[in-house]
Amino acid sequence: MSVNEALDPKASAQTPEDWQPKILVFACNWCTYAGADLTGLSRLQYPATVRILRVPCSGRVNPQFVIKAFQKGVDAVLVCGCHPGDCHYTTGNYYTRRRFLLMRRLMEYIGLEPERLQARWISAAEAPKFQQVITEVTEQIRALGPNRKLRDVQWQQWNS
Amino acid sequence: MKRVGVFVCHCGTNIAGTVDCAKVAEAAKDFPNVEYSVDYKYMCSEPGQEMIKQAIQEHKLDRIVVASCSPRMHEPTFRNCVEKAGLNPYYVEMANIREHCSWVHPNEKERATEKAIDLVKMAVAKAVKNQPLQKTTIPVTDRALVIGGGIAGIQAALDLANAGHVVDIVEREPSIGGKMAQLDKTFPTLDCSACILTPKMVDAAGHPNINLLTYSEVEKVDGFVGNFDVTIRQRARSVKMDVCTGCGICMEKCPVKVDSEFELGLAKRRAIYTPFPQAIPNKPVIDREHCTYFIKGKCGICSKVCPAGAIDYTQQDELITRRYGAIIVATGFTLFDHSVYGEYGYGKYPDVITGLQFERLINASGPTMGKLKRPSDHKEPKNIVIITCVGSRDETKGKSYCSRTCCMYSAKHASLIRDKIKDSKVYIFYMDMRTPGKGYEEFYDRSREVYGTQYIRGRVSKIYPQNDKLIVRGEDTLLSQPVEVEADLVILATAMVAQPDADKLAQKIGIGYDKDNFYTEAHPKLAPVETHTQGVYLAGACQGPKDIPDSVAQASAAAAKACALLSKPEILTEPIVSEVDEKTCAGCGTCVLICPYKAIDLKTLTERIAGKTVERKVATVNEGLCQGCGACTVACRSGSIYLKHYTDEQILAEVNALCL
Repeated sequence: MSVNEALDPKASAQTPEDWQPKILVFACNWCTYAGADLTGLSRLQYPATVRILRVPCSGRVNPQFVIKAFQKGVDAVLVCGCHPGDCHYTTGNYYTRRRFLLMRRLMEYIGLEPERLQARWISAAEAPKFQQVITEVTEQIRALGPNRKLRDVQWQQWNS
Repeated sequence: MKRVGVFVCHCGTNIAGTVDCAKVAEAAKDFPNVEYSVDYKYMCSEPGQEMIKQAIQEHKLDRIVVASCSPRMHEPTFRNCVEKAGLNPYYVEMANIREHCSWVHPNEKERATEKAIDLVKMAVAKAVKNQPLQKTTIPVTDRALVIGGGIAGIQAALDLANAGHVVDIVEREPSIGGKMAQLDKTFPTLDCSACILTPKMVDAAGHPNINLLTYSEVEKVDGFVGNFDVTIRQRARSVKMDVCTGCGICMEKCPVKVDSEFELGLAKRRAIYTPFPQAIPNKPVIDREHCTYFIKGKCGICSKVCPAGAIDYTQQDELITRRYGAIIVATGFTLFDHSVYGEYGYGKYPDVITGLQFERLINASGPTMGKLKRPSDHKEPKNIVIITCVGSRDETKGKSYCSRTCCMYSAKHASLIRDKIKDSKVYIFYMDMRTPGKGYEEFYDRSREVYGTQYIRGRVSKIYPQNDKLIVRGEDTLLSQPVEVEADLVILATAMVAQPDADKLAQKIGIGYDKDNFYTEAHPKLAPVETHTQGVYLAGACQGPKDIPDSVAQASAAAAKACALLSKPEILTEPIVSEVDEKTCAGCGTCVLICPYKAIDLKTLTERIAGKTVERKVATVNEGLCQGCGACTVACRSGSIYLKHYTDEQILAEVNALCL
């Protein structure tokens, strides 16, 4: 697929009905990762669209990782951490919150749908919330379609 | 070239029932650097671990990926396993294909398998970048600090001291004892509070391993587990402790009378005072705010009458800095201020008192010598109304939580009243009776059946005075009809709330607190006395409302945890900490500001560049303080500080692998 094809509205129209997005989740070790574990333990089901990457704290997520993920063709990035005030490291998620707002603006500026980057606070006890968030975000991104704007050659290889 | 071994676990059918494990193992063979890949029924079992060890030897593997359950479950298991096989434990990576895959996608087998392959691919990419990490040791100072000298603090200190550790108790008040010293009797056994507490106070004061620092407060906490440097402000008592004999003449002669804090305003004390007769240490302090000598510069009666010459008006606050291995926080609680409730008279009616004031009124050593008299006219009350949940379970004006003790102590109050005044009648307005505890329900039953307490389920809408009575109006929700009681005395079971400055102390120590300023434990079930700050433990009601048995149990638990820490000369530290690349660090100090643990400092490097000696600042990380959150790595503008085991390179490798 060439660049022009990718930008062609018709090309996105070709997205098959059963297309499932690929969503990268950065989950902090103390709250959301544990919450995702609890979701499994409680056998709550959610779409198999997410890949969870464990980080010690949501504050460890460098905006560079997010850009890189989009560049590599991930359809959405979800950054999850402890609720504000509950950070295991006291203040990490406050930095996440500020960076997230900045990143959303940057994404708007470069013409990438800001909904592709989301941040949520999910505690270790909130398995139903984790399930609900993943289901919701998957639906949102399915409606948006594949991320075709920011991607490099590898994206094509992956899709071919 | 790294040689990665991939081990895919079936977890019986937990994983294999959904994920095609053989297919995952097969797919892993094609990932870069993968040398060996296999699937097996139970990877964590003895034969499974043996399999990993053998494969390491046979295939000369140097990185291991285990695709199984959550790393929160078995990461330590597999780290141990590879360490036994001679590899660095941090060469292990885990792909969570159970909690995050098979268990949540049981109906999408194909896509689950695909996801499992992705997760393994990410883990392999990270494992390749894993560096060997060594746990380091830091020395432990064998001395513990207990903050708060109530029953929890005393119990924790005694347990630690009996185990052979030196303990300092810091208590803000002039005497240890805390709230329990104010109580009359304790439920459900009705043994006298002083009879069971004061011997413990004496034990603590006389113990060779315990130092009491009363009239003192924690000023500053620096350092980290095993090595906390704590500055304690010992306020000036104006009485020389080593000279004073505790004879008490000064307290008799002092002309100034102020409301006694210990008696909750029901009696007066002097400006030079001990809070209560059994105080420990039983030596007075001068309350400089009220002392005539300190206000006007003259008086000095206490100094004149003191036979030992112990009064010293020139004493200054003293700052003591000591190093402690562990800290136990046992700062307790205070009572909810019920003056926000208009329906109970905004705290203005003298005969509407709190439960704790009642404890003083009925206490043999209290202001009335144990004879129950109401505060306004000292008459014996006949009709007494007790209202529970004052401030508890009320989100609009009070606290959302249940204070846990009020149902029980109200039942106790009702019983005690009937014991003293046989022809009295006690009414308890309640929302729900909550009596979980050994012998508690039976105690509550007894208060109804033996003592004839009348329980009315419902809230009180108004209390107002009429002649010398208080009219209590409420609703009996079980009968759906209004009730009115002519009461002589109303007792409010006010909520237990956190100390007013609990948040400030938490910030000094670096522990978390919840929306109500109670300190948060590391895990509500599995680590109820630990905090997220290693080496700091919680005991008693500072963590949440608690009765005496629970406080004592938690204090002993905290002491046991502190013992485990103090009994070793040194401890191992987690090697996942930040490290600075001094070559590229510009010394801007951004990381110093961002670090929540004050683990980063700037140091000066002296270098010879082009024949000149140059000094420049670079960041340096204290490995003992660093908890490995990684906030600094993201903030660093030149990418010169990185978190080991979670470097940018490692995380980006995972991101790349996901998309390749």
